[in-house]
Amino acid sequence: MHPITTAHYLGLSAALLLIGTVGVLTRRNIVIILMSIELILNAVNLNLIAFSKALQSVNGQIFAIFVITDAVAEAAVGLGILIALFRNKETVLADEIDLLKW
Amino acid sequence: MLMDTILFYLFAALVLGGGILTITRRNAVHSAIFLILSLLGVAGLYLLQSAEFLFAVQIVLYVGGIMVLFLFVIMLVNLDQAAKEKQFNRQWTVALACAGLVGAEIFYFLAKGAGAFQLAKGTAEANTGMGNTERLADALFSQYLLPFEIASLLLLVAVVGSVVMAKKRI
Repeated sequence: MHPITTAHYLGLSAALLLIGTVGVLTRRNIVIILMSIELILNAVNLNLIAFSKALQSVNGQIFAIFVITDAVAEAAVGLGILIALFRNKETVLADEIDLLKW
Repeated sequence: MLMDTILFYLFAALVLGGGILTITRRNAVHSAIFLILSLLGVAGLYLLQSAEFLFAVQIVLYVGGIMVLFLFVIMLVNLDQAAKEKQFNRQWTVALACAGLVGAEIFYFLAKGAGAFQLAKGTAEANTGMGNTERLADALFSQYLLPFEIASLLLLVAVVGSVVMAKKRI
């Protein structure tokens, strides 16, 4: 069995990123699109931590903390928008919200 | 070493399986539960890479904070109607093809350049005898003090913004 290297973590992170991207691009439910964005941000964090470990430097972990902060802010505002949207349009499906579409 | 390998594959399976189930389930509550599973797997990987502070932050903030927020909103918003409808939009084939293409590209270069990740290691930082949390705090409150303060500003804006968004009448 091969020992686990940085490349393993990068591969896992890339796979998680792709899963999140597919979720954002294909799902219609906005709640699940927001969850997919969380998956993408976690993939980024995995990448940062893997390099932080490989370089024996704490900077990657600091960046991961800032990414988590952004994820929290994004989730709060996104879910606020979702509630406002549901109050006005009575739907949570992304392709039914086409007010700006010509 | 062998234990590390087994744990890595275990957590990787947890992360990827949870992720795939998150984006394929019809019921949003099930999606949220599987997302929790995936985030716990990520937390385990943090622990494997000796990022203990982030392990705790991941569990407290993501599993304890963000996911509860998600579940609250799922309960507030009526999702029964959405669960009955089609779950994937019209362009899902194109989206899958594009994601597959990007994935093939990433994995091709990753396989080709895997040897390049043998990076220089063992700087003085690692041998100071301080714990992970101590080192993080040291860097966060000295070198990264300004970004830290700006992050607090961002959170303030997010709090005010989400209240304005969700409130019926200001």
